[in-house]
Amino acid sequence: MSQGVAITGIGIISAIGNNVAENYASLISGKIGISKITQIETVHKNEIMVGEIAAQNDTLEKLLNLDADAYSRTPMIGIIAAQEAIANAKISNINDCTTGLISGTTVGGMDKTEQYFYDFYENDLHWNHITGLGAGDTTKKIANFIGLKESFVTTISTACSSAANAIMLGARMIKSGQLDRVIVGGTDAMSKFTLNGFKTLMIQSDTFNAPFDENRKGLNLGEAAAYLVLESDKIIARDNKKVLAYVKGYGNSNDAYHQTASSEQGDGAVLAMEKALNVAGLSPDAIDYVNAHGTATPNNDLSEGRALLRVFGANVPEFSSTKAFTGHTLAAAGGVEAVYSVLALQNNIIYPNLNFKTPMKEFDLCPETNLKQKELKTVLSNSFGFGGNCSTVIFSKEA
Amino acid sequence: MKKSVYINSVGSVSPQNTLDNSVFLDEIVNYEDTTLAVISPNYKEFIPPAAARRMAKGIKMSTASAKTALSEAQIEESAVDAIIVGTGLGCIGDSEKFIKDIIDNDEQYLTPTRFIQSSHNTVAGQIALGMGCKGHNFTYVHSSSSFESSLLDAKMQLEENEAKHILVGGVDELVDHHENTHRFIGHIKKTPVHTNALLTSKSKGAVFSEGANFFLLSNEKTNSVYSQLIALKTFNTIALERIESLATDFLSENNLSIKDIDLIVMGNNGDIEFDAYYDELSNNIFKETPQAYYKHLSGEFDTASAFGFWLANKILKNQNIPKAVQMNSIQPEKLQTILLYNQYRGENQSFVLLKGC
Amino acid sequence: MSALKLELKEKIIEQLNLEDLSVEEISDSEPLFGEGLGLDSIDALELIVMLDKDYGIKLADPKEGRKIFESIDTMAAYIEANKS
Repeated sequence: MSQGVAITGIGIISAIGNNVAENYASLISGKIGISKITQIETVHKNEIMVGEIAAQNDTLEKLLNLDADAYSRTPMIGIIAAQEAIANAKISNINDCTTGLISGTTVGGMDKTEQYFYDFYENDLHWNHITGLGAGDTTKKIANFIGLKESFVTTISTACSSAANAIMLGARMIKSGQLDRVIVGGTDAMSKFTLNGFKTLMIQSDTFNAPFDENRKGLNLGEAAAYLVLESDKIIARDNKKVLAYVKGYGNSNDAYHQTASSEQGDGAVLAMEKALNVAGLSPDAIDYVNAHGTATPNNDLSEGRALLRVFGANVPEFSSTKAFTGHTLAAAGGVEAVYSVLALQNNIIYPNLNFKTPMKEFDLCPETNLKQKELKTVLSNSFGFGGNCSTVIFSKEA
Repeated sequence: MKKSVYINSVGSVSPQNTLDNSVFLDEIVNYEDTTLAVISPNYKEFIPPAAARRMAKGIKMSTASAKTALSEAQIEESAVDAIIVGTGLGCIGDSEKFIKDIIDNDEQYLTPTRFIQSSHNTVAGQIALGMGCKGHNFTYVHSSSSFESSLLDAKMQLEENEAKHILVGGVDELVDHHENTHRFIGHIKKTPVHTNALLTSKSKGAVFSEGANFFLLSNEKTNSVYSQLIALKTFNTIALERIESLATDFLSENNLSIKDIDLIVMGNNGDIEFDAYYDELSNNIFKETPQAYYKHLSGEFDTASAFGFWLANKILKNQNIPKAVQMNSIQPEKLQTILLYNQYRGENQSFVLLKGC
Repeated sequence: MSALKLELKEKIIEQLNLEDLSVEEISDSEPLFGEGLGLDSIDALELIVMLDKDYGIKLADPKEGRKIFESIDTMAAYIEANKS
């Protein structure tokens, strides 16, 4: 059994940087990663904006010493982020204690499946990608790359809350003593599948996404991978580890309202936040900053805003969505925003909610729009997804 | 003090007649094929037509299986605290159709239904929606240990009393493109195999299939109780020469030795390339142990081990091992402790330990 | 006009998998959503695609659909006025 769940390493690759340092530099200098789509050939390229990772596949392949077209983009960016997290945690032997990997993904190897869907029938050149469609294959590749053997390795796919749920399961397994160390997070690369899927739902913006703004037009899809290393008290003591922050609380619930939309009053979101506060043993007024899900869809931001008002009453803490920087990175979003939450705690910084101009007419709620220095002890991060999935994770400086 | 975890009820949609809980493999349906489909229940008994109209096959199978489990346990839907589903590929039939639509129509005139059904968590989400269950809702998608990941999550919550009743299931569909492409790479057997001849087929690949197996796990027994879940463990990789010692370690971690195991239920799928893992156990340390197998009845799919879990539970409750699943002729003195072992193509291996109640 | 209404009913049954319904059971004036036929927001998105594909009418904002899809009558009137 472990009392605390320490975060000892973080790693990330997103549209605003290839590592933690680059991501942080972008966040504090207001450098966004949203642009017209360049890396996927799509008829919608003039109608949508996305958050792409700058590196093309061949660059990633070289970085990882892979043959051309060996892996889907999803495991490649996942490996890069997981490796950074492990290096950041100064782990020299991954198997020196009971270590696990829990990764979230929604698309897995979809980028290759859609590319070779009919080619598979014509020739055997791309048959290496046939088993890549299974989401678990992405996690397997990451596990193999980081050298995990005879280990607990699993994959969670709960749409846009996948990585948040991976963090949650990891924290529970550290607390229960089943794992000494676990790498948790998520990865999702851009694909035609998701671009077109979100297009059918008519919730993609043709311009820069504007979370919590009255005139928000929808989300920008993004791609990213982000992982945290969680370790038990035992390992922290054994290796005299530097702790970056702690996973203090977590909660998951289901809105049970609609297959894709959030409920009017944010019932599921309220339950998730309340559960997380309960696990953390904190009252709402102990939360210093909320990193909101804030996708900039009409539905999410209204529902989440109402949920914040229900949980925090008149005293909603400073909150912002960082999706105006990165786009909505789906399964990775909870991991991306966990890394940003840890950085916020370390630097006592609240990130600006970009592109916000006009408060929503339904309530009097304004996100923080400036980069703000504030002593932070706790950060609450929300991630919500299709299928009613609502997740909240609370990060803290102290155990 | 950790609470005990019980399997209180079961529901199974498979290529056998398994949905009726009053019988237990009384009549085996024999096949001679390289793929098997489930025997479709009369879905109208389980799903109102308005709700069914957009449901993928995986959701329908799961709903029938889950509702069967809930009614057997005589638990109100509102008493279910959490829903956890394991699935290798989700409702992959709709994913494939959506990809086809994208390519064939050059990204034009696409409709949302197929995309929504493609999301891996659509099964858990739609069951929650149908039941109004606002509790913990997770979906594990890790190949052949998807179901075991779900069991582990449920077990932790029930032991800590974070939930009292959790619906846990495994589901996967068998569909065209998946089947065709897996034939290309030899993961599906090239020649038809009779149900009785799977273990002697001496060929590469498996007989692919589909199914939905759901269970009510609780930290208290109901009248319908089947077994107690003692322990489980999953491994991403195991080298062949390590399997014996990891099996022994797993038992000793639970204060058991090989002679305490009354029956071992194994996931042999007749693939000569990978059945060596099972042979390593059945021909050596479990040589004197009664042995059973099931993939000749269920076929192989990512969550086929959930059918194995169904089988072990049925055996414990009925206190009999149907002839069709016996792998050796050794008869148990009692049926109290069952060890399940599964792997697929040497990966994502799992041990599960069940005890009779 | 009534030919268009019949066509719309047939298309709705097919597109939205309402096989248990016959065209006779859908009245021209009853609400398609909520109380009436019981369609939901996903059906609305399906109908928007149908307008585009079969009648060349593009809607940019799903909210516009609410008024248009109120009933068979309103749908037919909108298509008559806007089809290309």
